Amino acid sequence: MERLTALEITGQVLAQLSPIWLALGLILFLSFFFKRRLGLYGQILEHPLGLIGVVIVMFWILVAIFADLIVTHDYLAQVSGMKNKGPGWAMPLDVLEAAKVSGTEIGSHYLLGGDNLARDIFSRVIKGSQIVLIIAPLATLFAFMVGVTLGLPAGFYMGRLDTVLSFLANLVLAFPVILLFYLLVTKDIVETGIPMMLAGFLFLFPIIFFCILMYTKYRTRPEILVPSFVVILVVGFWLYLTAVVTPLAQPESATGIAWNAFSGLVDYIRLFDMNSNMLNIFVSVVFVNSPTVFRIVRGLVIDIKTRDYVAAAQTRGESPWYIMLWEILPNTRGPLIVDFCLRIGYTTILLGTLGFFGLGFSPESPDWGNTINEGRKLLLIYAHAALPPAIALMSLVLGLNFLADGLREESLKD
Amino acid sequence: MLQFIAKRFGVMLLTVICLTFVVFFLTNLYPNLERLAKTQANNRMTDEQVASWLSDRGYTRNVFVKYGEWLGVVPGWKKEINEVPSGRCAVKGQAPEEWPTYCGAIQGYLGDSTVFREPVSDIISKRLGLTGYLMLWTFTLMVGLALIIGILAGMREGSKLDRGLSTFSIATTATPEYVSGVILIVVFASSAGGLKWFKGSASAAMDNPTFENFTLPVATIVLYGMGYIARMTRASMAEVMTSQYIRTARLKGVSFPGIVIKHALRNALIAPFTVIMLQFPYLLTGVVIVETLFNYKGFGWTMVQAASNNDIELLVGVSIVAVVVVLLTQLLSDIGYAFLNPRIRVS
Repeated sequence: MERLTALEITGQVLAQLSPIWLALGLILFLSFFFKRRLGLYGQILEHPLGLIGVVIVMFWILVAIFADLIVTHDYLAQVSGMKNKGPGWAMPLDVLEAAKVSGTEIGSHYLLGGDNLARDIFSRVIKGSQIVLIIAPLATLFAFMVGVTLGLPAGFYMGRLDTVLSFLANLVLAFPVILLFYLLVTKDIVETGIPMMLAGFLFLFPIIFFCILMYTKYRTRPEILVPSFVVILVVGFWLYLTAVVTPLAQPESATGIAWNAFSGLVDYIRLFDMNSNMLNIFVSVVFVNSPTVFRIVRGLVIDIKTRDYVAAAQTRGESPWYIMLWEILPNTRGPLIVDFCLRIGYTTILLGTLGFFGLGFSPESPDWGNTINEGRKLLLIYAHAALPPAIALMSLVLGLNFLADGLREESLKD
Repeated sequence: MLQFIAKRFGVMLLTVICLTFVVFFLTNLYPNLERLAKTQANNRMTDEQVASWLSDRGYTRNVFVKYGEWLGVVPGWKKEINEVPSGRCAVKGQAPEEWPTYCGAIQGYLGDSTVFREPVSDIISKRLGLTGYLMLWTFTLMVGLALIIGILAGMREGSKLDRGLSTFSIATTATPEYVSGVILIVVFASSAGGLKWFKGSASAAMDNPTFENFTLPVATIVLYGMGYIARMTRASMAEVMTSQYIRTARLKGVSFPGIVIKHALRNALIAPFTVIMLQFPYLLTGVVIVETLFNYKGFGWTMVQAASNNDIELLVGVSIVAVVVVLLTQLLSDIGYAFLNPRIRVS
């Protein structure tokens, strides 16, 4: 078996991504067709940079969704003879035969080569997009919940509350990010329970946020308020328990009836698989991001609370939290949406930084930072291992930045 | 003004104390101490050996007492280990009775590094010098390039030049150091890229920085940091160019380059000044990545070494420097802004 040429590799990669092209084409066609009715999203499509941003971001979202269709090999499978092979080398014949016998479908080539453990780089990059595209937006969303819930009262009431919260935010911001990660995201520190406590604290904010949101609006209408409270609390605490408590039930050393009963209960209620490692990374990223969001929200609130409609609401006798959540917050949405896009990109970079220093994710995890870190060790001899994840990460962040730029210019137009 | 600065210094001191305590607390958690014991003494120690090793050296005491010792407000520990008198404030060639009672940050002693076996202050001053040299080049190039790009893009908003340069600066902000560093090494230093113009490692640059071994690390940080400043400069420049006095100058018949250089530039550079100063903390993260990637043993490299070996006193020392740099640049940017912009008055 010989090696594929550069043209053949490109062709095969593009063919492998065909579900994406199909879906992307369909979505773009539909969005252009209904552009007038799609509001802000439709406007971005008119902005050249914004359009590029939308396409790139959508591409990666689709890749993450269809990852299992696209991969050519198991992202963990090590094939002897493929170690550090360059792009386009064929698989050994016996491996292909064995795969045919067992009925599993695998590609005949390592399209982008093999890494230092003889795993397929193409499949790893595709699989890695799932991790990045789930954790980065979710962590950003949580950071926004925390930042908004604390930033609104700080900007609205000012005074001592603001002094204390701003001091704490500056404290976190003055901390070198990497040092913080080294101290927070180590495997040993899980034993002390500090990440769990931090998670327990930070994950409360979404529940608090939604409860206040509903309460201020429907205070006088219990027929809406009570059911919504029940839904928020049940769903919220279920997710809360899954995220915060399940990692606790994992240490193998813990035995005893109480522990068994506890982990049995946890197994029963858990909704998704959250291991302590992942929680640790997630919490640290939220923790690092929320002070910046806090400062942005606080600044916006200080600006907006002098507007006439706020004064009108005060004259009507609305409660302060109603004004914050239903008068001020909707009017901060422009800058916040732009910052949200930028921040997802920044979070992606942060996750990559974690992987780069070998913190957090387990070594076999296919996330991009990790793969770059593995690849850079042999960079001067085998360049092909580190490049694909590096370019993937760069293109996603670039897409998000373009999108943010488009959003900013379109929202300034009105 | 003086009152303002004094107040800021007070807040700064409080921040430094809080942060050093947080670092101290986190590094003194038992799992981290266990790691320290294993890297220092023997990797295959049993749990009991670890515990006795730690308690012999006074690590297992209350964290507040230890922090007080480090700060220099609690007397340093004295003890006999294997019948040799030793202690925190031990001075070679002196009897234990003559050792000073207090020795800590207030007395100017930051402790000893357990990894490098040297006083923390010596390590930091040596490594900071190396990083300072890297920063000097990076900062000069970064600010210079960013201002040129920003001014060129902002002077004619919406032109082709503006679109091109803006896209370029967005692209650089989207490329973190570990990505651009990898790409630069592959293209310019590896056998795969084929160019081999520069060296992929900067370890030789510590003694003898040359164009060949120093370009890539500098270029990596410059690329990432430049985009943000350039975009801020562009925004500020574009805003100034639409103002009334620029239109007046144009109507008077001043040439376009004359307007940009004599009239617009001075006002357009006020806002980016703050951004440039606030870029320092971000540079620090970049420096850590670049120094690790290029094996340049400066401040960032030291931080990584200290953190991965749980070298408590070195870590606290490193974090003091990092925090003070951040806070000082914030203060400088506020004061500088007030000086540059006559419409702003502090206090």
